[in-house]
Amino acid sequence: MNQLQNFTKGLLNENPILVLVLGTCPTLATTSSSLNGMGMGIATTFVLIGSNAVIALLSNVIPDKVRIPAFIVVIASFVTIVDLVMQAYVPALYETLGIFIPLIVVNCIVLGRAEAFASKNNVLTSLIDGAGMGLGFTLALGVLGAFREIVGSGAIFGYKFIQGDGVLIFVLAPGAFLALGYLIALVNRIKKT
Amino acid sequence: MEYILIIISAVFINNVVLAQFLGVCPFLGVSNKVNTALGMSAAVTFVIVLATMVTYLVQIYILNKLGIAFMQTITFILVIAALVQMVEIILKKISQPLYQALGIFLPLITTNCAVLGVAILVIKKDYNLLEGVVFGGSTAIGFGLALVILAGIREQLDLLNIPKGMKGVPVSLVIAGILAMAFMGFTGIVK
Repeated sequence: MNQLQNFTKGLLNENPILVLVLGTCPTLATTSSSLNGMGMGIATTFVLIGSNAVIALLSNVIPDKVRIPAFIVVIASFVTIVDLVMQAYVPALYETLGIFIPLIVVNCIVLGRAEAFASKNNVLTSLIDGAGMGLGFTLALGVLGAFREIVGSGAIFGYKFIQGDGVLIFVLAPGAFLALGYLIALVNRIKKT
Repeated sequence: MEYILIIISAVFINNVVLAQFLGVCPFLGVSNKVNTALGMSAAVTFVIVLATMVTYLVQIYILNKLGIAFMQTITFILVIAALVQMVEIILKKISQPLYQALGIFLPLITTNCAVLGVAILVIKKDYNLLEGVVFGGSTAIGFGLALVILAGIREQLDLLNIPKGMKGVPVSLVIAGILAMAFMGFTGIVK
């Protein structure tokens, strides 16, 4: 597999959310608007790239038996970095995403890539894999967030284009489940044909 | 009275899965059968209550004392992982039947965001130890409630003719959406 394929597999074929259905918690919780969704996506991408690279570097040093706790420590360190940086530079977004920033630690995508990919490949390949997966994640969050924002409040990236309210339920909790359900169904349908 | 408010709010109004989106992965993953759902909820309840207690004490007596509160994420996840591992070993030694019932779920629980989520929320909301434990326990009951309801519906779903693209995860998500709508009806019971 060349590096380009390695990068693009995360976008559709192995998209972490739409195909593998990993990391659903932040997906549902942070996509009430497209900007929030993409902010979450970028934060996760940073953690993915960083942890993938470091784990690939250390994979020969870490004993096999304690690899999972070791991976978790690496991931948690990057999450702490993201947490502090966001608190300092984008306080508004930090407030909205709230508890879901520290929870990137338990996002199955990050640990999943570390275990399935980074621990078996070299640094560059792992880095590209992390970037591709992160971009796929960000893309899915952006699409879902944009859909919920357009239908739910008649706006896109914060600019309102209709008067009054939209279908409010799509901004609230039930809409998240419904929108993601139909989005995955749509992707399934496209992939089949 | 305060405790009753915490319980009702955590189980119904701010249901951990359907309103706060914590622990959605196991919610979708182990909701095929009511029996497995019950086993998973029991294991989660056990771990959440224990983890809330331990992480609370760690935060107050170690992190705050040493002034290293920014190490919260790393410390908590390690405490939880170690705790889950320990519970697994102890259960294996003490009670074989309980281990067989809960054992397979335990490794999964480390990456259940509800556990870490509750631990962090308890600190954020400035609960004391007892309130924290009550909050943790009732959150876990809320998780179990949602899980068992979904499992019950999914068991019936096997008998229906569902379009191919909707099978599996998508249809579960749509059902979860409708459940979340139902749970929204509880809003406003407690001020």
